[in-house]
Amino acid sequence: MSTTTPTRKLPKMQVDLRQYGILAALAVIVILFQVLTDGRLLLPGNLNNLIQQNAYVLILAVGMVIVIIAGHIDLSVGSVVAMVGAVAAISMSQWGLPWWAAVIISILLGAAVGAWQGFWVAFVGIPAFIVTLAGMLLFRGLTLVFLTGGTINALPGEFNAIGGGWLPELFGTIGEGRGSRDILTIVLGVLAVAMLITQQIRTRAKQRKLDLPVERSASFWIKNGVAAIVILALTFQLSAYRGTPIILIILAVLILLFTFVLNQTVFGRHVYAIGGNLFAAQMSGVKTSWINFFVFVNMGVLAGLAGVVTTARAGGAVASAGQSFELDAIAAVFIGGAAVTGGVGTVIGAVIGALIMGVLNMGLSILSVDAAWQQTIKGLVLLLAVAFDVMSKRRAGRR
Amino acid sequence: MTAILSMNQITKDFSGGVRALDGVSLEVERGHVHAICGENGAGKSTLMKVLSGVYPVGSYGGSITFENHETAYRSINDSEADGIVIIHQELALSPYLSIAENIFLGNEIATRGVVDWPKTNREATMLLARVGLDELPSTPVLELGVGKQQLVEIAKALSKQVKLLILDEPTAALNDEDSAHLLDLINSLRGQGITCIIISHKLKEIRRIADTVTIIRDGQTIETFEMKEADATEARIIRAMVGRDLDSMFPPHTPEIGDELFRVENWTVHHPVDTTRKVVENASFSVRAGEIVGFAGLMGAGRTELAMSIFGRSYGSHISGTAFKAGKEISVKTVSEAIGHGIAYATEDRKHFGLNLIGSIAVNISAAALSKLSRFGIVDRFAENKVAEGYRGQMNIKTPNVSVLAGNLSGGNQQKVVLSKWMFSGPDILILDEPTRGIDVGAKYEIYGIINDLARQGKAVVVISSELPELLGLCDRIYAISEGTITGEVDRADATQERLMHLMTAGKD
Repeated sequence: MSTTTPTRKLPKMQVDLRQYGILAALAVIVILFQVLTDGRLLLPGNLNNLIQQNAYVLILAVGMVIVIIAGHIDLSVGSVVAMVGAVAAISMSQWGLPWWAAVIISILLGAAVGAWQGFWVAFVGIPAFIVTLAGMLLFRGLTLVFLTGGTINALPGEFNAIGGGWLPELFGTIGEGRGSRDILTIVLGVLAVAMLITQQIRTRAKQRKLDLPVERSASFWIKNGVAAIVILALTFQLSAYRGTPIILIILAVLILLFTFVLNQTVFGRHVYAIGGNLFAAQMSGVKTSWINFFVFVNMGVLAGLAGVVTTARAGGAVASAGQSFELDAIAAVFIGGAAVTGGVGTVIGAVIGALIMGVLNMGLSILSVDAAWQQTIKGLVLLLAVAFDVMSKRRAGRR
Repeated sequence: MTAILSMNQITKDFSGGVRALDGVSLEVERGHVHAICGENGAGKSTLMKVLSGVYPVGSYGGSITFENHETAYRSINDSEADGIVIIHQELALSPYLSIAENIFLGNEIATRGVVDWPKTNREATMLLARVGLDELPSTPVLELGVGKQQLVEIAKALSKQVKLLILDEPTAALNDEDSAHLLDLINSLRGQGITCIIISHKLKEIRRIADTVTIIRDGQTIETFEMKEADATEARIIRAMVGRDLDSMFPPHTPEIGDELFRVENWTVHHPVDTTRKVVENASFSVRAGEIVGFAGLMGAGRTELAMSIFGRSYGSHISGTAFKAGKEISVKTVSEAIGHGIAYATEDRKHFGLNLIGSIAVNISAAALSKLSRFGIVDRFAENKVAEGYRGQMNIKTPNVSVLAGNLSGGNQQKVVLSKWMFSGPDILILDEPTRGIDVGAKYEIYGIINDLARQGKAVVVISSELPELLGLCDRIYAISEGTITGEVDRADATQERLMHLMTAGKD
């Protein structure tokens, strides 16, 4: 450890390179399946399904990455999804509540579950692995109790639209019938690009003003240019199906919100501080118990939302819903570069991790690869992704 | 006399174009104790890793000859097979295993995979006798103090038929008594023909034990000389280590002492687990504005426990006593409360309690005062960067920018980050626990300068240290603490090492 003379190579850059490495992996996988499926992967319908089918992983991964950065794990989210779905369905079909009330109840129930688990982890000091393993059994059991073995179908259309519906075609379409394009989707794509570019330019201007190091112009514009083209191309493609999935808007808001929370808020800082070195955080005055508590409450809220989305897309509640969702979310977070020991991870990494898994699923399904082999391949991808991460860290550590 | 080891023109590069070793040569005589000195980051540990095969042959330049043959170690197992054993600063014993099991770990006395326990315990007993450790071989290692664990490590090395024993800062974590015992042991091993390389910052130790000393700076050998030479002085070693003359070890300091700023009365702390035991008993002390007050005590005397219990009850149980700031009683029950009252505590254990090593310098500096940089819970990262850059310049933290991870810095620079963190919290009272532990001479001098500056700004500074010369050179007033009780208070003018040591070893009345 005595070779710690500051080097010219900046660790920040290395982290970013790893992040780009995952992004590159996603791009490679997309291109690979695009070729293997003769271009079917990115057909408008498939693109739409990719988003709607994987929405639950993305929502859960956003919560899970925060849990994992804080140095914990949550094994219960799949069961929570099922239980929340059951309660939501019961509240509409048996209590006759409107769809929006069911959504509010679901999210409050998720928060309550999170508070329950957070209490045991943060204030009693039981490892999250145990608390949430118990939760996994507990909430699955309660789901069976609530549904008494049956399923509940025939939910209101507005509710189902959350998981499987689209925004109305406010501005009409270009063309008619097959091959027509929804104008709203294209407008939203352009808006997203405009927001991205203005935000980036403003950050850059501020860095300049404060004499902070600024990224080189060329790489700045290439990076943002590529991002803009990708967003425009994807929204353009999506517009040819049935418009903007409602869930896409929810996802975009969540991703932006939680990226902001982790990077820019005191809460986010404290989460990283706890995961990086719990004792140092305590000795710096961080209220570690409360932070841990709210990390779990937040996970509960997002699991509740995932329960809504899953039930809405399925159009009903079944006791077996959400099985192994926790593993999908955890895998996404680790593929996205989070550290098992805590302290490291990003929302965008987790999102990319989830997309890698999603694209693999979809690509292999289009190729009609047997489900057994699909799982095998996904297992290997998870292992290789983390192995790559560990080895690149080791190389960095050998400086 | 013949050389047992000669390392010739060793070079070692790391990724990113860092040259850690740039043509180091080292010749060690058989049966000598050879000391290696150098600032942190000079390349001492890297050199030892090259020697012991941690960096395999081919990953470095130059040649190594041990016992008249050129070595080509691919791993630490290869070098151990040749009788080269390295004992690291951080001990590598398995806490729940017994002494005997640890000694023979990876090297079990067994026939066809079945451990021969009687023989294992017999051999272990003999080895323990050789290192002068009076413990049963079946004692679990976690019941031993650091000093005794160090001896177990040496016994383990002896079990491997060690010819060349390398000790990396062996006394860094030991108290004076254990250090003395260890040095005696090294002396007796020398008598048994075992060659020893000792890496150390403690010049007194080197003076006492070493036959030869080699000084490394910036990856190069600066000089090697025999300690019996007339001009082999500590000053010469320091000069070679830092490449300049240190007029004095301590920067000049003229105290401007104001009114009393902080006072603690009748502070008593019980052990967190064994709640019947008093770790600190009835301690009362005060610090005035602009004053640097020292706390002298041996390891385990309760210095750190006193400080941590005051800082938001971070240690101990059943804490009683009162704290006053500028004459008014204050409550310091949580760390946030203590910080709120303008108290800062820079821990002795940087890696464990002080820093988020996988966080950037900027994140670490802002950690204790994030509220100053945020509005409505949102952090202004630009302002944070600006602040951190300011401290980088002011404190001379040697790094290209503040997004470098704290874990990639040397000990001295890490300590500067810790100090920056607490300075940014805007404290009136700073408690610095072993502020120069494990950092090199040059960085120490800088830290002393920073401490003086803080006092000049009218802050009350408490310095806890095991090194008496440091306290004598730095402090205006020194309290001695022994077995949890403050046994005396000495002014700068009257303080001598002998007087302090007398108070530090005074038993309870």
